[in-house]
Amino acid sequence: MSVSPTWYLVLAAVLFTVGAVGLLVRRNVLVMFMCIELMLNAANLTFVTYSRALNDVGGQSAVFFVLVVAAAEVVVGLGIIVSLFRRKFGATADDAHILKG
Amino acid sequence: MLAVATLPDAITFAIAAVIAVVGALGVVLSRNPVHAALMLVMTLFGVAVLFVEENAQFLAAVQVIVYTGAIVVLFLFVIMLIGVDRQERVFADGFNARRALTFFLGLAVLAEVLLLAHERWVTGAHSVTGKLHGAAANVSDLGHAIFTTYLLPFEVTSALLVVAVIGAVVLARRHTAGDEPTERPVLAAGEPGSGAGEDANSPALEGAPGGSGVDR
Repeated sequence: MSVSPTWYLVLAAVLFTVGAVGLLVRRNVLVMFMCIELMLNAANLTFVTYSRALNDVGGQSAVFFVLVVAAAEVVVGLGIIVSLFRRKFGATADDAHILKG
Repeated sequence: MLAVATLPDAITFAIAAVIAVVGALGVVLSRNPVHAALMLVMTLFGVAVLFVEENAQFLAAVQVIVYTGAIVVLFLFVIMLIGVDRQERVFADGFNARRALTFFLGLAVLAEVLLLAHERWVTGAHSVTGKLHGAAANVSDLGHAIFTTYLLPFEVTSALLVVAVIGAVVLARRHTAGDEPTERPVLAAGEPGSGAGEDANSPALEGAPGGSGVDR
């Protein structure tokens, strides 16, 4: 008998919160991106946990698609970061405040 | 809760959970982006162990291969590309109102999700998409679901990946001298000392007199 789903959901909530706070606190664009990955992972853990709790393969399929979308998102996001650096913006999000409307 | 689990499962969960949370805190708190990336690897491995615990073997393998093998390596690649010497103090400007608001928001999110995480909220119908048949049949279960029920999303995924590849190539393409924009944007007066600024063969430096008030 594996550990009750509640504990997994609590852990996922903690991971998500750490990621969200990190996204808001940090200024380095790359670290902010990593925090987004943390939140995605917390969501994945929730999906898998509910998949087990409901004995349904749908949750695991959703995680599969989240992984694909995360990979695509990282590729495009890092491309944007590299091209920002080409244009002599700094490493922090504040340096790109000219992008504000 | 923990009492009904067998001891090995409980111990595995506890260790993996501690690893995941410590890694997550490391991502947020470490000053050096390289350390943050390595801490992210730690978290991802912890979550992969939890996936195995929950009989999601295929996803655990994919997690290790795709996330730590591809995504974090990509992160490290970009960190190396744009300079690793930049460190950031996490609480450089003290604990101001914005930070306090951030932590309040974090606590609110945590409380909210914890409230929803209680077991009696799992109320959905069981096995709607398909049953899971345990550890040995995980790959076939998932494969069956993806190639029958989720076939259209799976095909759309391939289009998404093509779009992402093309977008990344377009975004990261080095502009040749011909299509260089004539007027450069006024640069933000951010932190000086960007490692990328010393890039001698960067085309953005050429032909941009007074394009920047900032000496990088």
